[in-house]
Amino acid sequence: MYKIVKKELLNSTVTRMVVEAPNIARKAEPGQFIILRVDENGERIPLTVADYDAAAGTVTIIFQIVGATTQKLNALEEGKYILDFVGPLGRKTETDGLKKVAVVGGGVGCAIAYPVAKKLGSLGCEVHSIVGFRNKDLVILEKEFEACSSKLCMMTDDGSYGTKGLVTNALKELIESGEKYDEVIAIGPLIMMKFVCALTKEYGIKTVVSMNPIMIDGTGMCGGCRLTVGGETKFACVDGPEFDGHLVDFDEAMTRGSMYRGFEQKKREESCNLMKQG
Amino acid sequence: MPNMSLKKNPMPSQAADVRNKNFDEVALGYDEQTAIDEAQRCLKCKNPACVKGCPVGIDIPAFIGEIAEGRFEEGYKIISKSSSLPAVCGRVCPQETQCEGVCIRSKKGESVAIGRLERFAADYHRTHNPGAVEKPVSNGKKVAVVGAGPAGLTCAGDLAKKGYGVTVFEALHTAGGVLVYGIPEFRLPKDIVRREIEGLEELGVEVRTNTVIGKTFTVDELFEQGYSSVFIGSGAGLPRFMNIPGENLNGVYSANEFLTRVNLMKAYKPDSDTPIKENKRVAVVGGGNVAMDAARSALRLGAEEVYIVYRRSENELPARAEEVEHTKEEGVIFKTLTNPVEIIGGEDKTVCGIRCISMELGEPDESGRRRPVEIQGSEHTIDVDCAIMAIGTSPNPLIKNTTEGLETTRRGCIVADEESGLTSREGVYAGGDAVTGAATVILAMGAGKSAAAAIDEYLSQ
Repeated sequence: MYKIVKKELLNSTVTRMVVEAPNIARKAEPGQFIILRVDENGERIPLTVADYDAAAGTVTIIFQIVGATTQKLNALEEGKYILDFVGPLGRKTETDGLKKVAVVGGGVGCAIAYPVAKKLGSLGCEVHSIVGFRNKDLVILEKEFEACSSKLCMMTDDGSYGTKGLVTNALKELIESGEKYDEVIAIGPLIMMKFVCALTKEYGIKTVVSMNPIMIDGTGMCGGCRLTVGGETKFACVDGPEFDGHLVDFDEAMTRGSMYRGFEQKKREESCNLMKQG
Repeated sequence: MPNMSLKKNPMPSQAADVRNKNFDEVALGYDEQTAIDEAQRCLKCKNPACVKGCPVGIDIPAFIGEIAEGRFEEGYKIISKSSSLPAVCGRVCPQETQCEGVCIRSKKGESVAIGRLERFAADYHRTHNPGAVEKPVSNGKKVAVVGAGPAGLTCAGDLAKKGYGVTVFEALHTAGGVLVYGIPEFRLPKDIVRREIEGLEELGVEVRTNTVIGKTFTVDELFEQGYSSVFIGSGAGLPRFMNIPGENLNGVYSANEFLTRVNLMKAYKPDSDTPIKENKRVAVVGGGNVAMDAARSALRLGAEEVYIVYRRSENELPARAEEVEHTKEEGVIFKTLTNPVEIIGGEDKTVCGIRCISMELGEPDESGRRRPVEIQGSEHTIDVDCAIMAIGTSPNPLIKNTTEGLETTRRGCIVADEESGLTSREGVYAGGDAVTGAATVILAMGAGKSAAAAIDEYLSQ
């Protein structure tokens, strides 16, 4: 059992939880993930580590309430326990030798992009962060990104905050204005990562993306998380979750990600009804 | 006078057309009278071949002798001296190629039903004498076991009985390894696995779930934490695919994923949050026990037609004869001498067929079995909406990549001494699928058992 020591709503659909997990906190690195299970009938879901504090023995997760499991998780208050919490899984972000990086985050993906930006900043790398949200109400982690980036571009789809437009607009502008990046790290919805990669490919800038496919064990046993990368099948849990974005088959990843949409919808309604009944 | 009947007492079972719709255990077990009658078929050979045929060396004539006299608990005690998981082995061991395969009675007629009697004794103990274990006296030494599957649990049980403080580290949220994620409920009820593990905990074994060795801790860190020796029984690992077009379509599962969703995550129960695709027509590719388990699970989930697609002939099926027979009885269709060449998807990128080519048997290959050869022009398509690949696994890299000096084979299996399980690192032993690649539960248990003896010898020096 893993205690929730802090819970905070970052916006109407995104929650931050700080969880007591000292063994994971000691080992966690940006880019890695954990798998959790809320209760006995619960499914195992992967969530990327959003922050960690080895001294305090805590791991932070940030999640969007999208399905039955995240809804159940969000129903747990401070002081309550998560049944299973295992990690850190996957490979860490490669930061060696990077001098200047554009970190691109979209929506709740910013929760995963932030520890990467923070780590790069702490290593003396120049970080330009480009973060995109649908509207002002959904903006998260603005202060955190500001603290570790020499430049922050805030984008919203509707223009209600920052600049109106997509993250790719801002990235293109920066590149066109002469900024030279060793690497672009893009983390967000598949469709966003796909278009960031299409853009950076034109300019020949290496781009790393973080994939979050459906997963069960997270240790290489089930193969449910397989992706096509450069024409080869890779397992996101042991070979990733980060990959060379120019080689990832995003269309296949999107199809695979939608495999259980009908089931998830039904489960979400069930769980919603249960919660309404109290 | 021994019972000279040439045939075994049949195993009472659920009828095929009933059981293929539920997940309850297929075989129901002997009652006391039947067990005594069967036990009386044993000739109590002076030089029993069956004991040599058992990977963990159970004193088979002795335990059967007790059952023949109606002393069931005594029979159980004899088994448990050698086996840490008797209720499991009685159900899933391939007895026909081990103890029963060499039983003197099988020279004329059928062997004694050793497996069924083992199961009977273990089930008798479980229902009549729960919790009656004595905790051994501690010898003050600590051993870490990686993986709570058959190899690890056996090693842990044997060491605990000798007084070692044993901690078993398990990556998943439930202990049992393949016994809980792989083998289905209808062949091995999870309650039975749980009870066997509780028995080990009563001996003082500590099981720590949600701990991935190679990630949460490394093998070297286990030594730093005060463990004097480490046994690696981390299992087989990454599922293999055929590398044919269409394997990443929606509706293609590895057998590991399909069975884990069904068994560990209980996707067949309505209150489980874990989804599984609803399928009408399923092709399972492969001919081993895992393929049979996947096919039978697919039937129970409501599929109308389930195929086993296997590239060799029926004679070469690696699955146990009993499993093949059960699978057929339940209505699975066998397409042998058939090899997939492509999985076909519709516009929605979901499986709608599997394109196969017919095979014929040619000259024997390196495995001694006749090599399957394609028959030109025999391509054909089977309409299915789900394909399950049950063609084996390759070793998991997590421990290999994080343990310096741990030698592995070119394929990635841990190199371990065949008798002791000793690896290239002092104090580190390994056994089970992590060493051999995918094999059986009892072979893994045998490896766990000999490693426990070797670890005891190493730590007693």
